[in-house]
Amino acid sequence: MDVIEVSGLRKTYRGHDAVRGIDLNVPRGEVFALLGPNGAGKTTTVEILEGHRRRSGGEARVLGEDPGTAGRVWRARIGVVLQDADDAADLTVTEMVRHVAGFYPDPRPVAEVIDLVGLTEKSKARIRTLSGGQRRRVDVALGIVGRPELLFLDEPTTGFDPAARRQFWDLIRALAAEGTTILLTTHYLEEAEALADRLAVLSGGLIVAEGTPATLGGRGAAGARVSWRHGGVQHTEQVTDPTELIRKLVAEDADLTTLTVTRPTLEDTYLTLIGDHR
Amino acid sequence: MTAAVLPGTAHNGLARGRVELLQFIRDRTAVIFTFAFPAMLLLLFGTIFGDSYEDTGVSVSQVYTASMIAYGILSTAFITMGSGLAMDREDGTLKRLHGTPITSTAYLMGKLILVFVLSIAEVTMLLLVGVLVYDMPLPDASHWVVFGWLFLLSVIACTLCGIAVSALVKRARTAGAILNVPLVALQFISGVFIHPITQLPSWLITVASLFPVKWMSQGFRYVFLPDSMKVYEAAGQWELGRIALVLGAWCVIGLVLCLVTFRWTEKDR
Repeated sequence: MDVIEVSGLRKTYRGHDAVRGIDLNVPRGEVFALLGPNGAGKTTTVEILEGHRRRSGGEARVLGEDPGTAGRVWRARIGVVLQDADDAADLTVTEMVRHVAGFYPDPRPVAEVIDLVGLTEKSKARIRTLSGGQRRRVDVALGIVGRPELLFLDEPTTGFDPAARRQFWDLIRALAAEGTTILLTTHYLEEAEALADRLAVLSGGLIVAEGTPATLGGRGAAGARVSWRHGGVQHTEQVTDPTELIRKLVAEDADLTTLTVTRPTLEDTYLTLIGDHR
Repeated sequence: MTAAVLPGTAHNGLARGRVELLQFIRDRTAVIFTFAFPAMLLLLFGTIFGDSYEDTGVSVSQVYTASMIAYGILSTAFITMGSGLAMDREDGTLKRLHGTPITSTAYLMGKLILVFVLSIAEVTMLLLVGVLVYDMPLPDASHWVVFGWLFLLSVIACTLCGIAVSALVKRARTAGAILNVPLVALQFISGVFIHPITQLPSWLITVASLFPVKWMSQGFRYVFLPDSMKVYEAAGQWELGRIALVLGAWCVIGLVLCLVTFRWTEKDR
């Protein structure tokens, strides 16, 4: 049984179809990323799976239960990292983490969680005084303090500087290594590529492609483009496997300082995918 | 999974109450306005209307002290609850809690603890003004018993109504404006600002009698004023039984409205 099992999931708001029939399976221990432009239905999908919204149709099972009706015991097994909360502004980091830890049967030690998200130096600071990125790290701390089996991360690194983002990725990898299943939404492609075992691209409420970062949208089979200059002339060849061609060029004594081998980036693939379905 | 036990609702409720109080105390503006406003009104009214009620030896400022306790509880419980809930819905507090194993009962318990502590502090403050500034004598034990149940019923009724009304508040910024409309209107027709209430047209007294504020202020006047003052009440009596009945009914109405209207998030219908 997979941790997340979704089939034909639909959500309609006042006649507008936000999610139009999604199938999704996430096995235990996987990091799964949902990619898509704003309004594609990422947040709606995640909020249905968290139990925050009701679905209009289809089937959804999360940790073996229907998230629309699951109770407290189920909620103790999931962790939710909110996207845009600014609650508890007058509490300190430690006070808030300790408070939320108290709702769970077997929470992580408070100081350990704060250290994991890199906020030890700020542990006595009021949450109001934190920067946007630090504030999001508090959200992550609150999401993982209950030792969730399944963690939901909805655009977790929005507003992070590059260094904080790298640090955050390390944290997610550490959680994944402990066996936590993670469902992540993001519109940063390098984030999906760095973290996800598998990913799906959502566009207009539908999944338009699904795969690993290396194979998404036929990326693996798309081959490579080899370019080099020889005798003042630019050459370009599209090949499935560049090994043979490069071996030939070496044998011909071509000038290899100008050699480039490019594959379609995840971004190229992604833009093609959502462009096709706009 | 091991059989680790989920912390109970009472335990979580107490933790919520502690955090609610901590946050309230740290927001200095809220502290000053919540506490100073009713006391300031009392000082103003007491100074402006300085006379005595004929033959009774009771000063108008003493009557105001008793009536303003009703106002203090109403504004503390109703506004704190109504705007607090709207705020919690807006800043993500409720959404955050809904992603954890806490129950809605524990959340509401926390709010109730906050409201009770604030109301006790508020009443103490008003009594201090009454006793120190207006020489209001404190009543005997039997009156304090009435004060006990009256205080309890008043706080619960106002709190539950505040929760119910918060469902109408779409954005926290407008909460103050929306919640103050029924509040101020009821003050004027319920014998809090204008007493004797018999100066009002009788249909207006009938309207006021449908709501809890009139009965709250009447009850607190019974507690803190001499028996001779009952002639200034609408019925010429203190009507303690009816006060208990109406406030009890509002507790039930408020509870039903709460259960019907409370939801963790605002968005989903």
